[in-house]
Amino acid sequence: MIVVVCVKQIPDPADPGALDPDTKTLKRDVKLILDESDSYGVEMGLQLVDAAGEGEVRLVSMVPNSEVSGLRTALAMGAESAVLVSDEALAGSDALSTAKVLAAAIRRCEPDLVLTGTESSDGYTGTVPAQVAELMDLPSVTFAKEIAVADGVATVKRQTEDGYDEIECSLPAVVSVTAGVVEPRYPSFKGIMAAKNKPVDEVDLAALGIDPGTVGWAGAGQEITDIAEAPAREAGEVIVDEGDAHERILAFLDDLKIL
Amino acid sequence: MLEFTDEQDAFRGVVREFAEAEIAPHAEAWDRDHTFPTETVLAMGELGLFGLMFGAEWGGADAGLTTQCIAIEEVGRVDQSMGITLEAGVSLGARPIAEYGTDDQRERWLPDLVAGRRLAAFGLTEPGGGSDAGATSTRAVRDGDEWVIDGAKTFITNSGTDITSLVTVTARTDEGISAIVVPAGAPGLTVEPAYRKMGWHASDTHGLVMEDCRVPAENLLGEPGRGFAQFLSTLDDGRVAIAALSVGLIAACLDECVRYANERTAFGRPIGSYQAVAFKCADMATSLETARLATYHAAGLRDAGRPFRREAAIAKLHASEAAVAATREATQIFGGYGFIDETPVSRFYRDAKILEIGEGTSEIQRLVISRDLGLGEPR
Repeated sequence: MIVVVCVKQIPDPADPGALDPDTKTLKRDVKLILDESDSYGVEMGLQLVDAAGEGEVRLVSMVPNSEVSGLRTALAMGAESAVLVSDEALAGSDALSTAKVLAAAIRRCEPDLVLTGTESSDGYTGTVPAQVAELMDLPSVTFAKEIAVADGVATVKRQTEDGYDEIECSLPAVVSVTAGVVEPRYPSFKGIMAAKNKPVDEVDLAALGIDPGTVGWAGAGQEITDIAEAPAREAGEVIVDEGDAHERILAFLDDLKIL
Repeated sequence: MLEFTDEQDAFRGVVREFAEAEIAPHAEAWDRDHTFPTETVLAMGELGLFGLMFGAEWGGADAGLTTQCIAIEEVGRVDQSMGITLEAGVSLGARPIAEYGTDDQRERWLPDLVAGRRLAAFGLTEPGGGSDAGATSTRAVRDGDEWVIDGAKTFITNSGTDITSLVTVTARTDEGISAIVVPAGAPGLTVEPAYRKMGWHASDTHGLVMEDCRVPAENLLGEPGRGFAQFLSTLDDGRVAIAALSVGLIAACLDECVRYANERTAFGRPIGSYQAVAFKCADMATSLETARLATYHAAGLRDAGRPFRREAAIAKLHASEAAVAATREATQIFGGYGFIDETPVSRFYRDAKILEIGEGTSEIQRLVISRDLGLGEPR
């Protein structure tokens, strides 16, 4: 079973990058790391391959430069190889352009199953998984908390606000994996050493047959018109118990429509 | 300039992440309750921390002492007890088997030790002497196909855990001092209750008593009569590893102190703005740097196949004494809070002193260094 996992390399959230005032996007000229929200897809893929007893996890990623350090992390966890779409013309790509490029790269891997995170930790559009599925004309299942594969069918528990749906779909399919549903393994030193020699197939847009004019800044169908600082968090309300604290807390939660 | 490979840097990041997520949140409770966290030690095994020094044929990573020291430093930075569990499991437990075991012995015991599924211990120190290992009084005599061992061992790390598979003990035989593998649960082996220690509360330490303790004759490890010499020749690795554990402790003190010195105010200013505190932190940073340089210099020499006995002794001596000083000053910076168990620095202070004692006291390190200088009593 070939499981393709889409992973994104992003600036380290622990060392927050700056926004470029000209392009109104995140500066990406720093060292990039594996998006933590994608590590769940990698772990899920590795577990499915283990359960199947055969096959491998292949990674697909795209960057405007040749950055691979985030990919090496996922390879050290146990993925076997990666396709990295690297092209300067990709800078400024919106979600749909990203999906087009990823879909083209995924096709080269001939997957039985495609896994993604639910959304990246830097862009947060959350639309790429469904777009990839649509472009590849594959079933799309989102917010998976459990996946089982048997006889060409995926059975997915899809998280909802009040429980989960059980969904069956034919393979191949694109399934987005909710963060936190599996515990991503720590790469061992042996894994890190092995990752050094695992193949990363770096391809440009021409190799995928994609016109550079249809992606990146040139092909973006969205425009960022303005960026603003997130408002500072407001001071909370301190409730001092004078015998009625529980009632005031209930009223407060009721106002927030949590109850 | 101290430089690591990209892979070693990446590995340090992984171990740090593991230590902060899986060990640090529990360190205080384990220390308080004297808990040996078996599941966490097994998780360290899964991460490959026990197999870094051993060959791929045993499931190891063949990564050398430098990489092992990185792992010990990072684990020791959040919990010295887990650091020593790892250090002893590798240097004292698995290493002698790998170095002196027959193929049969290695096939039998090494894969589990390298994978961290089981732990091994080394029993050298006795109630009557530690550094004077030549005075070993435990005796082993052959009786048919068995060794019959009588004697007692003290302060044996990892000797009584649920996953302990064996203790290699030194014992006097007809040929001199020999090393013999005593499997856990061997008839006649008694593991005494865990010690009440000043520090290293989550590390497993017991006295062992062997009375008419019988093990198969093939459990002799290495050459008969060479048990002590064999042990001495594996000591240098352990000394560098203890230096790495010390480095982790100094780093932890520095982190805690700089954070606290910026937060805590006195007379209207952060205490870190006063030189009395700031200079202590500067001294700590200085000793961290020198201890780290000495440690990885010695480890690097070893990994390059060059002599490193003197450098190992220097690293152990300097790093352990610097760690004791750093924890003492950290406690001073924290004041009253440094004396209660709510802050990690009180645990650090209690954990530090043993670093100057275990795997060769500071005095023994000075002896090794001075002899290397051509000094010492005529022999």
